Amino acid sequence: MPLEPAITDLEQLKDRPAVAALEAGLPGALQAAKFDRSELTLWIDPLKIIPALTLLRDSAATSYKSLADVTAVDWLPAEPRFEVVYSLLSYERRERLRVKVKVSGNDPYIESATVLWPGASPFEREIFDLFGIRFLGHPDLRRILLPDDWEGHPLRKDYPVEGYR
Amino acid sequence: MPATLDYFRAIPVVETIGGDRTMVLNMGPQHPSTHGVLRLVVEIDGETVVRIRPDIGYLHTGIEKTCEAKFYQQVIPMTDRIDYLAPMANNLAYVLAVEKLLGLEVPPRAMWIRLMLSELTRISSHLVWLGTHAMDIGAMTVFLYCFREREEILKMYEMVAGQRMMTSYFRVGGLSMNLPLGFLDYLKNFTNYFPARIEQYSDLLTSNPIWMVRTKGVAKISKEDAMELMLTGPTARASGIDWDLRRDMPYGGYENLEFKVPLATEGDVYARYMVRMEELRQSLGMVKQAMANLPDGPIKADAPKIVLPDREKMKTQMESLIHHFKIVTEGFNVPEGEVYQGIESPRGEMGYYVVSDGTAKPYRVHMRAPSFANLNAIGPMCEGNLLADVVAAIGSIDIILGDVDR
Amino acid sequence: MSALTFLIVALIKIAITLGVLLTVVAYTVWLERKVVGRMQNRWGPSRVGPFGLLQPLADGIKFLLKEDLTPPYVEKNIYLLAPGLALIMALTSIALVPIGPVIHLFGISTPVQITGVVDAAGQPSDINVGLLIVLGITSLGVYGIALAGWSSNSKYSLLGSLRASAQMVSYEVSLGLSLVGVLLMSSTLSLSGIVHAQQSTWFGVIPQWFLFRGQFVAFFIYMIAAFAETNRIPFDLPEAETELVAGYHTEYSAMKFAMFFMAEYANMVTVACIASVMFLGGWTGPTISFLPLAVQAFLPLVWFTAKIFFFLFLYIWIRGTLPRFRYDQLMAFGWKFLFPLALANVIVTAFFVAWRA
Repeated sequence: MPLEPAITDLEQLKDRPAVAALEAGLPGALQAAKFDRSELTLWIDPLKIIPALTLLRDSAATSYKSLADVTAVDWLPAEPRFEVVYSLLSYERRERLRVKVKVSGNDPYIESATVLWPGASPFEREIFDLFGIRFLGHPDLRRILLPDDWEGHPLRKDYPVEGYR
Repeated sequence: MPATLDYFRAIPVVETIGGDRTMVLNMGPQHPSTHGVLRLVVEIDGETVVRIRPDIGYLHTGIEKTCEAKFYQQVIPMTDRIDYLAPMANNLAYVLAVEKLLGLEVPPRAMWIRLMLSELTRISSHLVWLGTHAMDIGAMTVFLYCFREREEILKMYEMVAGQRMMTSYFRVGGLSMNLPLGFLDYLKNFTNYFPARIEQYSDLLTSNPIWMVRTKGVAKISKEDAMELMLTGPTARASGIDWDLRRDMPYGGYENLEFKVPLATEGDVYARYMVRMEELRQSLGMVKQAMANLPDGPIKADAPKIVLPDREKMKTQMESLIHHFKIVTEGFNVPEGEVYQGIESPRGEMGYYVVSDGTAKPYRVHMRAPSFANLNAIGPMCEGNLLADVVAAIGSIDIILGDVDR
Repeated sequence: MSALTFLIVALIKIAITLGVLLTVVAYTVWLERKVVGRMQNRWGPSRVGPFGLLQPLADGIKFLLKEDLTPPYVEKNIYLLAPGLALIMALTSIALVPIGPVIHLFGISTPVQITGVVDAAGQPSDINVGLLIVLGITSLGVYGIALAGWSSNSKYSLLGSLRASAQMVSYEVSLGLSLVGVLLMSSTLSLSGIVHAQQSTWFGVIPQWFLFRGQFVAFFIYMIAAFAETNRIPFDLPEAETELVAGYHTEYSAMKFAMFFMAEYANMVTVACIASVMFLGGWTGPTISFLPLAVQAFLPLVWFTAKIFFFLFLYIWIRGTLPRFRYDQLMAFGWKFLFPLALANVIVTAFFVAWRA
């Protein structure tokens, strides 16, 4: 199966349920979209991430009832530097959706998804621990994998692989 | 506001919510039944658990960071060490993700061998689960019976990969080597006697009255809570979430296999036990199917710049030698992009999120570990129950601390 | 019999019984490891001596040579007293158990029982409240456990000892009541008296053990309560390894731990002795007349040993088979099932005894 070029044009993707639902329900929230290797990625406005996730979860057309994963990517030296990646899963339509939010490298923060899926709590703590992105409204934002007195956030690209000596 | 959010509320660990009535008990990191180095801070009122908070990270090895400094093929040995009881499942998730990034397809023989060994991995992982779970509840004999059969599976691992636990057998574009002579006979023999062995475990537990009172109605999780807590795998299926990636979003050739997905609705420890026991039987059926369908042919994809050449070719053909040298020293470049590959590991959804920036090293590898998410359930399961149920609950969600901490 | 002879005979009996008991305890551990091992598809001890028979000795040496740790935060006096208390109570109760009939050696007649003597009429007699003393002493054994858990100043130990105290007190009730039926039928509290009451047979074949004289419900209750009393699976909650690490003896090491260990196994033996005395006729059994007299003299001991072995094997067998109860289920089972059943047994037995009379 040779790779097909990615589709990044919103116009070509607008009949996708997730894109259509967001365009209709939250105009302006969708910043960009990409369909690559049969996986759909949507970039959402960081300020509207919780409404967007709520919409994607509750709208009958999308019904992404399950959040499979939350993680982040550090795109140093780009700005906004971080991307928080939500992996949504629809049981009914047997389909995944990747929702991405760009977060600034200078005081990175974003609203917590724990209000929708409390189970996201450890995932967000892990991101806080390893990337230093704060989640507003998280019930217990502490380091989770590293010791409480650890310095730095290891998964940031400017953190050396061998650690600070 | 979801009700289960309360289980994640920040509470100072040193304070008790019950005042003088309660005491805080530290279960772990060294405790016989926390399955590794899980630490549970348990507040108990007599024997009743008032509050329970897991504290993890004792086994954190920074695998995700290390991956960023390795070539794509060098990441495979690290994936073994995440969920060390299901190495092949991790291998599979990772190589599928990279193959998806590359747009590479593996030959049928490799696909069937992968299926066969993935299901064998599930059996071996479930055997460890059953043994330790039963031992936690006090049935010691089941533990040793399970390890007897697991030993056979580990022998088979050793036959195919030369390693008993950290197999690294699946490679990008195929397998590291072909099946050895005599392997299929050995496996056939195993599949012949294993059904009787499953019944043996079942005889000791399934209708044992003490086992039933210890597990039925204990550590319940409703379907809604399971959804909110992001549970996956047998733990979720026992709560009535009818979802199995092998059936519903087939990967790596699972669409070619016939199997039933066991489901239960009670959501208690017994339901999780029954689901996993049935999975043992189904997996055995899948191993048999894979054995029957196993075709001849190559075990590596025809992609000389990605897949290491055969030893023989490398020694006789200049081109192969160059490819070998290049792959080993410089790795192979992967086109820019990102994929998320979820597979149904024995514990639940094992997802690999791999981001490539076009170089020979992954830009980011994230593992969505099933145990990490399933550990969420420990609060809702245990609070209000007795201390002995904590042990039953931990056993029933089948966590692996390597998987939790990565 | 002069006072001196009495003293010497008593001391010899104590020495022999204690020696045999400790050996039995050591080899019960060996037996358990071996039997459970074979049940679980392994070998059990096999390296030290033939069939691993010297394993108990090796274990003993290991326990003696291990570093004897006393954690700094313990309540020291009680911490040191507790294992001794448990062991002494476990070993003492064997003194009351009639192991065999009267033997005649070197012109002296004495029953094989530490507290037994031969009275003026040549009949063996012992303490007339023997059973009460046994029950009393075994009940005192719980002090060892409770104090161990309390003085260790460890939460796991505390929980273990709390469980142990509650469990032993609860099951003591059913245990005692299950024996009442036998007492009603034998109308004596003396253990050798109870054995004598079971000596005759029906048709010369079936022994008139209380088990066969309608006390099987009591036997069943006694066995279950005995498992709970000795903290064996499925009632091993006080030391539930996977929950409470090791329960009340978490903080004990070396010989102090070994004392708890020995106490547990000595208790198993005692409980088995009482069971065989009360329900299976103690040392009585069919006589095999074609054997030489010298061998026949040992037959009662053989029968008694066989019965003890049966009980010990049952303990081990169950350990290899069953999971563990939960605390509340254990209590519910004890109070809501065993206790009423034991009461009912007493009432029914009393009715029949009165009716027959």
